[in-house]
Amino acid sequence: MAGDLLKEAFPEAVLNIEEFRGETSITIDAGKIREVMTFLKENEKLGYDLLLDLAGVDFADRSPRFMIAYLLHSMRFNNRLRIKTTVAEGASVDTVSDIWLAANWMEREVYDLFGIQFNNHPHLKRILLTDDFVGHPLRKDFPVKGADFDQPLQVCLEEER
Amino acid sequence: MGVEAAATASLQEVINWARKNSVWPVTFGLACCALEMMVASSSTYDIARFGAEVFRPSPRQADLMIVAGTVTKKMAPMLKRIYEQMPEPKWVIAYGSCACSGGIFQTYNVVQGVDQIIPVDVYVPGCPPRPEGLLKGIITLQQKIAAEPAGQRNLVSLPWGNNG
Ligand code: SF4
Repeated sequence: MAGDLLKEAFPEAVLNIEEFRGETSITIDAGKIREVMTFLKENEKLGYDLLLDLAGVDFADRSPRFMIAYLLHSMRFNNRLRIKTTVAEGASVDTVSDIWLAANWMEREVYDLFGIQFNNHPHLKRILLTDDFVGHPLRKDFPVKGADFDQPLQVCLEEER
Repeated sequence: MGVEAAATASLQEVINWARKNSVWPVTFGLACCALEMMVASSSTYDIARFGAEVFRPSPRQADLMIVAGTVTKKMAPMLKRIYEQMPEPKWVIAYGSCACSGGIFQTYNVVQGVDQIIPVDVYVPGCPPRPEGLLKGIITLQQKIAAEPAGQRNLVSLPWGNNG
């Protein structure tokens, strides 16, 4: 149902609709993400008022390289929807953190681990790793041991400086 | 200790004896190994038999840091700070493979052995080591404390304290 409504409202933004075991995944053009998300949240018949998760995926050899998946839940109608959008390396996506406040930290996490930029995010800085960390570890080309694995770790406390 | 023995023991021996029988750990757990450490203080294993049952919520009152669990690089500064806040004399047990060497986590975000940050006295390997492992570690530490020579640590844990 969400697919039909979306197709009607944004015919050029809906790229693909998939059904698998009762789960709907809709691929959306990244440029239209904010309009689509606002529509999904505010439409009377859909009411996706809860953002369950927002995750990045790195496909390494595919182009565009990254995908962002938004898992939505409608409290009113008790159903779920997966929205996907693709992002090229170096490209950015508009934030949805003003539509669902929950997106704030999730977008920071995706930025931290994949290096995907979110436009107009209120506070886009690393959330899991330390501020001085170099690289984005969930990218497929990041070595799992990191660059300085066999170097002794230097810890210098603020008060020792 | 009989009266005669007490009269002939050196001051250092008496101090070591006192220290080794009340090694109070700081309440500090980082990952799964911390659960085994908690079990060690249950009635079944009864860490109190070794005078180490008083887990202090403040590093200022603790003698022993049991590094129980995975030390991430983000946690490393906090861990070092807690260690520095503990007054002398202080000891460290690296409890579990993660604390000893990074364990199964050969990754970019885990410290490959807590001894890169703070000095470790006793290593207890295992993933996780059983509570008996911790008890053995504490007994080993007690033997180490009992053998500490004079002059190794300050008698009083103040900057102007005498060397024992
Ligand atoms: S050594 Fe094993 S049980 Fe202990 S913290 Fe590491 S992974 Fe967990």
